[in-house]
Amino acid sequence: MKRIITATVQNQSGVLNRVTGMLNKRQFNIDSISVGSSETEGIAKMTFVVEVSDPQKLEQLTKQLNKQIDVIKVSDITDKAMVARELALIKVGGNGPLRAEIQGIITPFRASVIDVSKDSLTIQVTGKPDKVEALITLLRPYGIKELTKTGVTAFLRGQQPAKQVTEINSFSI
Amino acid sequence: MKAEVKQEVERAKEMITGADLLIESLADAQVDTVFGYPGGAVLPIYDALYRSEAPFKHILSRHEQGSIHAAEGYARVTGKPGVVLATSGPGATNLITGITDAMMDSLPLVIFTGQVAKGVIGTDAFQESDVMGITTPITKYNYQVSQLSELPRIVKEAFHIASTGRPGPVVVDIPKNISQELTPPNFKNDFYLPGYQPTKRPNPLQIRKLADALSRSKKPMLLTGAGAVFAKASEELKDFAEKFQLPVANTLLGLGGFPGTNGLSLGMAGMHGTYAANMGMYEADLLINIGARFDDRLTGNLEHFAPHAKVAHIDIDPAEIGKNVPTAIPVVGDAKEALQALLDSPIDQPDHQAWKEKLLNNKRDYPLWYERSTDVISPQWLTEQVYRMSEGEAIITTDVGQHQMWAAQYYAFDKPNRWVTSGGLGTMGFGFPAAIGAQLGAPEDLVVALVGDGGFQMTLQELSVLKEKNLPVKVIIVNNEALGMVRQWQESFYEERYSESIIANPDFVKLAESYGIRGMKVDKEEDVASVLEDIFDYDGPVVVDCRVEQKECVYPMIAPGKGIHEMIGVTK
Repeated sequence: MKRIITATVQNQSGVLNRVTGMLNKRQFNIDSISVGSSETEGIAKMTFVVEVSDPQKLEQLTKQLNKQIDVIKVSDITDKAMVARELALIKVGGNGPLRAEIQGIITPFRASVIDVSKDSLTIQVTGKPDKVEALITLLRPYGIKELTKTGVTAFLRGQQPAKQVTEINSFSI
Repeated sequence: MKAEVKQEVERAKEMITGADLLIESLADAQVDTVFGYPGGAVLPIYDALYRSEAPFKHILSRHEQGSIHAAEGYARVTGKPGVVLATSGPGATNLITGITDAMMDSLPLVIFTGQVAKGVIGTDAFQESDVMGITTPITKYNYQVSQLSELPRIVKEAFHIASTGRPGPVVVDIPKNISQELTPPNFKNDFYLPGYQPTKRPNPLQIRKLADALSRSKKPMLLTGAGAVFAKASEELKDFAEKFQLPVANTLLGLGGFPGTNGLSLGMAGMHGTYAANMGMYEADLLINIGARFDDRLTGNLEHFAPHAKVAHIDIDPAEIGKNVPTAIPVVGDAKEALQALLDSPIDQPDHQAWKEKLLNNKRDYPLWYERSTDVISPQWLTEQVYRMSEGEAIITTDVGQHQMWAAQYYAFDKPNRWVTSGGLGTMGFGFPAAIGAQLGAPEDLVVALVGDGGFQMTLQELSVLKEKNLPVKVIIVNNEALGMVRQWQESFYEERYSESIIANPDFVKLAESYGIRGMKVDKEEDVASVLEDIFDYDGPVVVDCRVEQKECVYPMIAPGKGIHEMIGVTK
């Protein structure tokens, strides 16, 4: 099962190395990690999308993360109301009439063309991972020359509904 | 103008080096012994040590591995952090086995490594190694000092992290420019670690659950590990076991946490544990684990481990709970506090008389056994003699392997912190240097290094330290001219193909003598008692080459992949 885990960490040098080293040593499968600064100086936020086989493995993952000295808080937000987004940059081949066609494809995704050259264009898309994935699938026939994704970053919505929701299912990651 | 210059001169006089600051910080941390070895990147630190009147002694090893195993022995015996100092590059990499060993066995160490100057870090400079990269996975935490002003705080944090919660090794990497830099005396060492707040006090609700489970249990049993020893919980453990008449099994590293000669003790559990301990865990309906981590050498095949038991687990490290064995009652906290909370709880006596008798009958009916050889010394018998002649009061250190298992089986430790062995990592060459640290930590006690002929040869250069410091460590080489456990597995599982496990040894007597140390050899049973009496009375270091039966095997045994109820070699 896929889970989205967030961690609040002390922004020390080597903290990413510590965390990824631990995950690797303990044989956890990580789909993506994103790291960046937070609202507090000196504190960074990490978002992990992980593939775990069972609840016991998941518990180990959060406990091992928590055990890191630099990790202040770990949350599994998969079953909470949350916002989860990633960004992808996609460079596709295309000139002349193809460009218009591609523009037609990306518009419903609210993606934008951020660079154009003689025979390629670069598209930026942000959103839930399944939306990003859907656009990539649609663009594949045009020849993807280069692709890069940031990995998911996520946090809880401002308000949690009384009833538990499983937002993750809605984008089936 | 003149006044300003004078002021400047005064200030310059007060300046100290980073190395001086380090020495002051160590003194502030109440360090009494440093185990180390000098080298280029730590020259400023060794110079500061030379110039200072530091209230601690420095023990010069002959290999950095010797330093760190000695620090481990010191930490195990005193409960205080062992302190190590080594240079950059090879000095630091020579520590790796010891750091990993300390990490696996939760020993508090603070290790200072020199580093090349900040300006050349990352350029593959002479004697540069990526200490942070290398030690991140094998330490509880590590630091590289990037500004001298941080040093006092880092040192204080390092000791705090190493010695609190679940203890472990902490590395502090100090670039040479930092230890050379001048600074006004600065001892600002306040720290705040929001991500490190170990839970000591157990949750009362969980204690209640455990109390209820105990009062309802028909087949309760205790398993205690090193966590109980680190928590100094031996008294509470004994009170708790006796109050509720609970049979107790120890893990290898938990030996001594509960008195081995107590009527409720079932001895060691696990691969070479007793029948009573292992069958107890197999049949129990409530298994209360106090500070053990359910290591694979303890549990055997997890499918067959404690299959009928509700498992309760008291551990200061939450990540150990539920890691290997599903746990119904997790209790995060210090073993001493948890046991005290249980002792303070009203708990109905469980109705388990029949069960208790069954386990104690198992203990009586299936004792450890061996065939005593008629012409050669049996290693088990030798271990029993060491126990008898030292009246069970010695501090015993070992390497890993057969002699270690026999020590665990036949030396009944009644007190904690007397048993110094490499459990998790299983490090050959650990026992002898660890005995040096143990002796320094407990100068009044009899320290016996029971080592294998293989393991001893990995770190025997430390004999120089024994001689130099005249430490009265008794080294007993359980010499079977083989890598005994390797040989045993080849006999049992590789159709007696003894691949590279039968070894040729030096003359250990002459070897000891070449270091200026008394050397002795024993190869007859009738001489053992007098030799042991002699060396235990002798006020100085001795090396005894004790020739034992080569083909002896450690039994009973749970073969790899088997369950704890599938022991072999339980009876003759």
